[in-house]
Amino acid sequence: MSRPTPLRGVHETLGATLTDFAGWLMPLRYGSESTEHNAVRQAAGLFDLSHMGEIFVTGPQAGEALDYALVGHLSVLEPGRARYTMIVDPSGGVLDDLIVYRLADEEFMVVANASNYPRVAAELTERAKAFDAAVEDRSEQYALVAVQGPHSRAILGELTDADLDGLKYYAGLPATVAGREALLARTGYTGEDGFELFVAAGDAEPLWAALTEAGEPYGLRPAGLSARDTLRLEAGMPLYGNELSADLTPFDAGLGRVVRFDKPGDFVGRAALEPLKDVPPSRRLVGLVATGRRVPRHGYPVVSADGAVVGEVTSGAPSQSLGRPIAMAYVDEGPSTGLAVDIRGSREPVDVVELPFYRRKK
Amino acid sequence: MSSIPDDLHYTKEHEWISGIDDGLTLTVGITAYAAEALGDVVYVQVPEVGATVSPGDAVGEVESTKSVSDIFAPVGGEIVEVNQAVVDDPSLVNSDSYGEGWLFRVRLEGDADDLLSAEEYTALTSGES
Repeated sequence: MSRPTPLRGVHETLGATLTDFAGWLMPLRYGSESTEHNAVRQAAGLFDLSHMGEIFVTGPQAGEALDYALVGHLSVLEPGRARYTMIVDPSGGVLDDLIVYRLADEEFMVVANASNYPRVAAELTERAKAFDAAVEDRSEQYALVAVQGPHSRAILGELTDADLDGLKYYAGLPATVAGREALLARTGYTGEDGFELFVAAGDAEPLWAALTEAGEPYGLRPAGLSARDTLRLEAGMPLYGNELSADLTPFDAGLGRVVRFDKPGDFVGRAALEPLKDVPPSRRLVGLVATGRRVPRHGYPVVSADGAVVGEVTSGAPSQSLGRPIAMAYVDEGPSTGLAVDIRGSREPVDVVELPFYRRKK
Repeated sequence: MSSIPDDLHYTKEHEWISGIDDGLTLTVGITAYAAEALGDVVYVQVPEVGATVSPGDAVGEVESTKSVSDIFAPVGGEIVEVNQAVVDDPSLVNSDSYGEGWLFRVRLEGDADDLLSAEEYTALTSGES
């Protein structure tokens, strides 16, 4: 049985197609996923992301504990700021990608993926033992609602007195939104400007209702996981389980910049990762744009002009913004021309492009 | 809930078939129930005109944002016409599943006994939802 989020009743009223995702019953789409995708690019979309995990690390050595537990340098993060980072196993394999918010000097919130947060909470608890810090998984107590898209700033402005213009990308602050206490963060997974609101589970429904009403004149639409996936793919953002896994290091994924060897002290994975930092990986994560209309999908082989398998697709979808199917794939170093994806037995030519596929106009 | 017209026949693979009662050339499409389950259809591959097919053959595919499914021949026979409009604009499968979204026409050879009635298909889909 999938677990419902606090917004299940809202999704059912809206006629959403619900799907199991990482053990959660989540809205896949409310109507046409292409319309939802385009609403986020052109106006705004409203997402229920309550399946994500919220793990709090608190105490005098909370920052030091995270410096040891994660690959990033979190103890130097300013209160109110956030950082994208990863947790790896001792051999350097990625256990999850995370966003860490420093809420106060001695309080951090680690946001983990739905499929991974029980493991992340257990690892953090274990790794924090030697520090004066406490780890608490508060995922059950929180709902997460996101407003993403060019009109998200204006919509939030209708509902809060918080200084939204002073809230930078990858920053978060406590705020009152529609009369509810929220941690309001300028983060997202769509390639657009946007906000994520962490609220008490019981506040999710009234907050959703207030955002829906305030967003109506701006073209705000509820958007499901299907649109979220195509939006993040266009933005070239990795998805755990597709582009990231325990079999890959951050360097394999082209994200070696998140590993901060310059921080003091040891951290889990340092010994395994340090020798890799100057070694070019044998495979590279690239973008593919199909010349035909068939869609390269997760697990399909990438083949060279002479038919040899030279890679594998990690994510693929039709792209609304490009009008052609796009994909991310791990591809061996070598010529990047003449490549094709084997789509159920037939070779479909692809162009190799730099990521991301889509970049919003500033 | 999507509609299931009374005057069509159906398959377990969520195809509809019209023309059973009035002749040898049958029109085949996918049901509104299937189109709704797939989401926005972005690509349709139809069989070649002139191809001879047997019941159950995979003769094409329909691809949506999240998935791809085979299209199966509901009956045996020769493909006599395909819908170029749906190839050019696959969203017709979503917007008009039983009309402009038809996929191909087949000249029936053999029988068409294994098809479901509207009532049977309704029972099938209500069991799935």
